[in-house]
Amino acid sequence: MASDDIWILGIHMTKFGKHPDKDTVDLAAEATRAALKDAGVTMKDMGILAAGNLMGGGGIGQMLQKQVGQTGIPVYNVANACATGATALRTAIMAVKAGEVKYGLAVGVEKLAGAGLLGAGGAAKKDGVTYEPSGRFGAVAPTDGRIGTQTMPGVFAQIGMEYGHKYGGTSFELFARISEKNHAHSTLNPLAAYTKKMSLDQIMNDVMIAYPNTRPMCSANCDGAAAAVVTNGETLKTLSPDQQRRAIKVSASILTTDPWQEACQVLPDVNTLTRNAATQAYEQAGVSPEDLDLVELHDCFATAELVHYDNLMLCEPGGAVDLFESGATWRDGRIPVNVSGGLESKGHPISATGIANIWEVCNHLRGEGGDRQIENAKVGLAHVIGLGSACGVHILEKAAA
Amino acid sequence: MSGQVPLVDYLVLGSDPHLIAHECTSCGARFFDRRNACANCENDEFTDVDIPTTGELRAFTIVSMAAPGIEVPFVASVVDCDGTSVRGNIINTPPDPDHVKLGMKVKLATYKVGTDDQGTEAIGFGFEPI
Repeated sequence: MASDDIWILGIHMTKFGKHPDKDTVDLAAEATRAALKDAGVTMKDMGILAAGNLMGGGGIGQMLQKQVGQTGIPVYNVANACATGATALRTAIMAVKAGEVKYGLAVGVEKLAGAGLLGAGGAAKKDGVTYEPSGRFGAVAPTDGRIGTQTMPGVFAQIGMEYGHKYGGTSFELFARISEKNHAHSTLNPLAAYTKKMSLDQIMNDVMIAYPNTRPMCSANCDGAAAAVVTNGETLKTLSPDQQRRAIKVSASILTTDPWQEACQVLPDVNTLTRNAATQAYEQAGVSPEDLDLVELHDCFATAELVHYDNLMLCEPGGAVDLFESGATWRDGRIPVNVSGGLESKGHPISATGIANIWEVCNHLRGEGGDRQIENAKVGLAHVIGLGSACGVHILEKAAA
Repeated sequence: MSGQVPLVDYLVLGSDPHLIAHECTSCGARFFDRRNACANCENDEFTDVDIPTTGELRAFTIVSMAAPGIEVPFVASVVDCDGTSVRGNIINTPPDPDHVKLGMKVKLATYKVGTDDQGTEAIGFGFEPI
């Protein structure tokens, strides 16, 4: 192994779901202590802590230190929408890569159970008694719902519909069948928030949120945390054979934002920045999409999963419908996608998601996937996207030895 | 003061209601909101241009869950107005997939959003099938 390669030494995700008896710091501490134990190191070894949380009021990193070990190391509290976890991990990786520290710790945590509809905050102002233009659109009243929608289910519904308009072949039923796949996958994941298989009829006849996304086709708001310890090749060489065997190589760690495109500020363009991140990641890792044994991608809505098949280049441009129809993305297919159950059933505690999806891939690459193990998995990709926008792509590889 | 005001400042009322955009004088990028500089090329000069009032429906969703006070279901959409993408609701047609189709031709329409305590009406816009 090269001295400056980056390795995940230990990683953990908590059970996703409702944790009424635990606060945000409890969940972060649980993930952190388990990741340190998995790595065989302690807080005293860590040179940096990057901590992500959006809903807890700020300063999660320092609050966490007080429960797991106040060693005086620098803390970076990061916030990057749904890409927060991936951004925390990337922050720790950059510190190790720069040679400033031997070990970095990244944590993402969220308490989101029962949070309801997200994204409806685009209103310029409340309905007032006297109309006065305000904000950058000079609005005299709230615009969300009056000039399109900024709610997440509606935005991502349009993103899927736009793909259908461009290439054809999509339908309500097609998007529902993507959800059917992920809910079927979740039955093998005891850490998922929801582990029930759902029939196509059940999915299509459930509560409509934003056509064509019904409730089970939307990511599940829940509580959860995930944490990872990273180190470099030079340090890993000094560790035990068992630590070296279980270490997972980070072959690519990429973060992008959306470059300006016509329409990107009318409907968020989640495609260009994902494609850019994937292109850079494949180049950095020296692998191609055909080399991937599994993918965890950001299915915040069933409509989103379809477009990311294309954006991550798992198919030819315009070929996402055909790829899904071929069965390739089921767990017994050519390129299994979201064998964890995805955000639609595993759940989406926002800041934890970008590390939890990496935990899932690591589990398979270590051969520790239990009932849902993808046999002989050697290379995997984890993707997250947060609107605004930010996209994280990590490519992970099994240790050679 | 009674009379009418547009819901947003890029809606021009009058006998020929239409939208305007702030167009970058350097690269031609168009923005509906106030800008400090162009997101595409960093130029900081803009000129207002009229947006065509007809277009093609490029993406839509039928929203059934929304913030309190917003009547559901409604159709949110993106309309391609001859190369400029516009966000707006599809109005004056039933909000279901039998009446709203990708690729259909639509045109700008206005409607009353509400009235304030001075008697001023706020006028919003949407797109209706042609």
